Amino acid sequence: PGRARSDTEALAHPPPPPPPSRAPKSAGPVKVGAVPNRRLGGVHSEPMATLPGRRARLSSPGTSRLSSEAREELRRRLQGLIEDNRVMIFSKSYCPHSTRVKELFSSLGVEYNILELDQIDDGANVQEVLSEITNQKTVPNIFVNKVHMGGCDRTFQAHQSGLLQKLLQKESTYDYDLIVIGGGSGGLACAQEAAILGKKVMVLDFVVPSPQGTSWGLGGTCVNVGCIPKKLMHQAALLGQALKDSRKFGWEYNQQVKHNWEIMTEAIQNHIGSLNWSYGLSLREKSVAYVNSYGEFVERHKIKATNRKGQETYYTAAKFVIATGARPRYLGIQGDKEYCITSDDLFSLPYCPGKTLVVGASYVALECAGFLAGVGLDVTVMVRSILLRGFDQEMAEKVGSYMEQHGVKFLRKFIPVMVQQLEKGSPGKLKVVAKSTEGPETIEGVYNTVLLAVGREPSTRKIGLEKIGVKISEKSGKILVNDIEQTNVPHVYAVGDVLEGKLELTPVAIQAGKLLARRLFGGHSEKCNYINVPTTVFTPLEYGCCGLSEEKAIEIHKKENLEVYHTLFWPLEWTVAGRDNNTCYAKIICNKVDNNRVIGFHILGPNAGEVTQGFAAAMKCGLTKQLLDGTIGIHPTCGEVFTTLEITKSSGLDITQKGC
Amino acid sequence: AKDRLSSQTLPENSATGSTSTAITEPRARLQAYVDSHSVVIFSKSTCKRCTEVKKLFKSMCVPYFLLELDQTEDSWLVSKPIGSGVTALGHSPVLFSERRKLCGHGPTLKAYQEGSLQKLLKMNGSEDLPGTYDYDLIIIGGGSGGLAAAKEAAKYNKKVMVLDFVTPTPLGTKWGLGGTCVNVGCIPKKLMHQAALLGQAVRDSRNYGWNVEEKVGHDWGKMTEAVQNHIGSLNWGYRVALREKKVTYENAYGQFVGPHRIKTTNNKGKEKIYSAERFLIATGERPRYLGIPGDREYCISSDDLFSLSYCPGKTLVVGASYVALECAGFLAGIGLDVTVMVRSILLRGFDQDMANKIGEHMQEHGVKFIKQFVPIKVEQIEAGAPGRLKVVAKSTNSDKIIEGEYNTVLLAIGRDACTRKIGLEAVGVKINEKNGKIPVTDEEQTNVPYIYAIGDILEGKPELTPVAIQAGRLLAQRLYAGSTVKCDYENVPTTVFTPLEYGACGLSEEKAVEKFGEENIEVYHSYFWPLEWTVPSRDSNKCYAKIVCNMKDSERVVGFHILGPNAGEVTQGFAAALKCGLTKQQLDSTIGIHPVCAEVFTTLSVTKRSGGSILQAGC
Repeated sequence: PGRARSDTEALAHPPPPPPPSRAPKSAGPVKVGAVPNRRLGGVHSEPMATLPGRRARLSSPGTSRLSSEAREELRRRLQGLIEDNRVMIFSKSYCPHSTRVKELFSSLGVEYNILELDQIDDGANVQEVLSEITNQKTVPNIFVNKVHMGGCDRTFQAHQSGLLQKLLQKESTYDYDLIVIGGGSGGLACAQEAAILGKKVMVLDFVVPSPQGTSWGLGGTCVNVGCIPKKLMHQAALLGQALKDSRKFGWEYNQQVKHNWEIMTEAIQNHIGSLNWSYGLSLREKSVAYVNSYGEFVERHKIKATNRKGQETYYTAAKFVIATGARPRYLGIQGDKEYCITSDDLFSLPYCPGKTLVVGASYVALECAGFLAGVGLDVTVMVRSILLRGFDQEMAEKVGSYMEQHGVKFLRKFIPVMVQQLEKGSPGKLKVVAKSTEGPETIEGVYNTVLLAVGREPSTRKIGLEKIGVKISEKSGKILVNDIEQTNVPHVYAVGDVLEGKLELTPVAIQAGKLLARRLFGGHSEKCNYINVPTTVFTPLEYGCCGLSEEKAIEIHKKENLEVYHTLFWPLEWTVAGRDNNTCYAKIICNKVDNNRVIGFHILGPNAGEVTQGFAAAMKCGLTKQLLDGTIGIHPTCGEVFTTLEITKSSGLDITQKGC
Repeated sequence: AKDRLSSQTLPENSATGSTSTAITEPRARLQAYVDSHSVVIFSKSTCKRCTEVKKLFKSMCVPYFLLELDQTEDSWLVSKPIGSGVTALGHSPVLFSERRKLCGHGPTLKAYQEGSLQKLLKMNGSEDLPGTYDYDLIIIGGGSGGLAAAKEAAKYNKKVMVLDFVTPTPLGTKWGLGGTCVNVGCIPKKLMHQAALLGQAVRDSRNYGWNVEEKVGHDWGKMTEAVQNHIGSLNWGYRVALREKKVTYENAYGQFVGPHRIKTTNNKGKEKIYSAERFLIATGERPRYLGIPGDREYCISSDDLFSLSYCPGKTLVVGASYVALECAGFLAGIGLDVTVMVRSILLRGFDQDMANKIGEHMQEHGVKFIKQFVPIKVEQIEAGAPGRLKVVAKSTNSDKIIEGEYNTVLLAIGRDACTRKIGLEAVGVKINEKNGKIPVTDEEQTNVPYIYAIGDILEGKPELTPVAIQAGRLLAQRLYAGSTVKCDYENVPTTVFTPLEYGACGLSEEKAVEKFGEENIEVYHSYFWPLEWTVPSRDSNKCYAKIVCNMKDSERVVGFHILGPNAGEVTQGFAAALKCGLTKQQLDSTIGIHPVCAEVFTTLSVTKRSGGSILQAGC
């Protein structure tokens, strides 16, 4: 019944007008060989969309003996070609029958995709699998709108009988051109862009409540339980500091200033509510269908959507984008899901968390610890090994020591083994037992709240990926894609935090999603560039970076080829406020063998995020030390420190600021 | 300082092999010729006009240094388009540049006929030159540029002196070493700007859960003292830095008295004479007065404001320069009643679209504007700290006269270069008579080759601390370290703190239209709402980002403008990107940092031409 429904749906919604490149039938210049811009099988190829006569390449290591796994893989890829092309011709370049068929479609002005079996490495395998699919051993082997036409003669017969034209007119048999699973930053960006390009798009978004029962609206992690509330709580912490500073700048008010968690949280949740609302509105304006249901693949082109009441609906689409993101990981110890909270719960917590243990040393852990301490709470961070894995470790340690100086306690080389409730309440009292990572030592502590921030798991294991054969990394659960965000199943793409080996950042997902839609539906070829992506950690002193960490730079370029310039600096605003004069730090890493190009940029200081953005653009443009030196500073800002970096780390010269 | 008598040469010597032994870098050698001789003639032995010029100097009995370009073995000199018949008068106002013929055959003869050549030779002539120099370099003015040059020159073991003397304001305000920026400019202004921002932060903090009581006051005295303490520590730091680098610092007023000679006068009136091989003028500027009754007696300027011992109270700010608007902004920000009197437009020279947005924002935040009026009289109604003043102003386009009463009148109508009382006429350094500014070559050299100038006194250059510092450092590196890097005055970023910040780099929209034609520029723009402003519900359509692209040059970004919090911090990196030739496409492919204000530049898609909506929907 699902399929029948979708057919009527397809008729009810006429396809968008054909792009102008589709020439009038049998008149004017004929465009042939238009191939969707993508590659198959993990080998790079140039976009071929506008080059007539270019052939689709199906490159994969060719052997005649196929393992069952490889055969399955090949079958899926062929299925993809068949399903994703209005006309798909499997051919051999020298075959006269094939040529006749090509001429027929050209004369009809119909775009087609060709795979020349004699020009690919595994042509024999393709032919074999094709014969399994179609019972036809010879080429040409023609598919029109996913229907197997047969060979040359059958196609010409169909042309004469009018069947071919009928098949060609049946543009799409799917409910949607695109279904996006996950209404986070990446999914929404992709959906909206596709809709702008005239496609029929659906977004499925469903928040599985956290173990503590927290759920939220449209927009994904960033808006609801990520960047937005975290930056606002960071701002609350900064304002706490501003209040202290302000007295030094002459402001006078009551001595005892306390912080009210509920007022802050309510204000933040109100803002988030308005964002959820505006996302919904924006989807509606762009005619994107939004369904608040959980999506699971049931067939290659069919998805089951289950709403909160358990009602199931099926939708089909030509293409899919998986943008389901990630959710906080739990420890798998006694009491963790019962008593601990995660960042999914923190930002809407209806009561002040009180004395808090933050478990983990990810940026989520440190940011939360930073702002909780900043609003006046007693905060301890329990760290298994290092801070901010993957970030520049010198910077990470500086972040840690700043936090320590500002009241955050660190318990290093311990992991919790048990969480017990001593007392219920809002907040209650929890006992945490932790074990040393280096010996048999165990410690105990009592906290009001335990916040787990030990990493995030991609939401990929319960969305039916196994049913359609989308490959994930079994270890991380992340989805493997090529450089155009395509999974091993050609009509299924993925963006955002679910991607293996890519950055888990909102603007990256947005960029990837937008560019993906433009490539799929807008004839663009630009790919998302995951190099030199800037980011900032708000701890609450900000750490901004772009490019390589010092460790990574040494690993890639060797220490002798690098020059690191650095300095401590004292923001002018901190002087009068009497704040630390040797905390803020600027560092760049230059590649000496490449014109002293800046390959790593790091800053620890106020507004580091704002400072870093422009330098990220400069690094996109190939910033070198010389160009940096030639840039004139803006006085007095923190950013100007980068225009006057002189001391190299290798010189060992003193970089401390003298102060007064 | 080196002995220069030994290099005094007789007519008709040969260039090669004499003074050039020590210096191998051709450029430096060329400079050395010019610096160490009062007259240098670059000539070709076959050139008739050259011969005429040589004869002229011989007839005047003036020794000269001759370099026959067709006979020298130095191919570099010959290959450069010095040309024949070029006369170079070392130490004289007419002159030599290795790039340009500043004085050829014709002008030299003409100068002789008019008598100005003789005068020049006398003024900077050999008969009155010091035998040895006390210093390699004397710098007049211990501001950002002067100090940067001094420290850099000292790095290369040069003997350097810095003269710094602050002439007190009409109200008697003066300050320590470091110049305008540190004492009465950027530093105190940014700190008072911060005070204003913190006032806003205190208000915002309530929305973020901090229980600050409703009644919040501000103590001017406490702020000023803290600011002045910081400045004091900087003054001290500069002196220590000079001492560490063995730069002689003299707190005395410098005036040229003759070639290579300067007279210094300290605050007790004691005079001394020093000589130097080279001089650097870095005297900067001071606030202009209106020249109306009561202005010097009763008005203050930015020179007085930052150390004012009392709260200025109800204030009239006269002018619409960035100094005027910044002061008005932070005074209003700490709770004062502020009015700005504007003759014509806001922030002349800045992008007017941005300038008007700043004006609107200030107005919405309590600053009053009186436009198209100029004060004609200031009277004291009552003495005090502050007292009461009556200001009479006249309309610029009618006969309308208005009056107002204020506690303080702050003049910020522009600044005058300190170039008219430093004896420049005694050595023949040319200034623009109209504005007093000094024209220099692209190597900061005045028309008198041994005298250089940097900073706010330069004609047609941006008046900014980091520009002066960069120019000073690079100059010292060129003079003493064989560098050839010149200061690039293009794409200099700057920020106005009003207290909403306006950061800019490159061209204003007007200037871009003028330069490339309206049809060849594409302007992308957007309003944005800083996340931090959402919770306190502050203005949702005030912050604004704009870039101006040259369509004929792969949409290269030629102008960058942002109005928003921390615009200074945002702009700096983009200035580096503009330096690297940023295009719109590169900007688009740059991934944003979320959630910061600066990320707005990575997603600009609406062109001004399209008229598309850029308003933020809000909730």
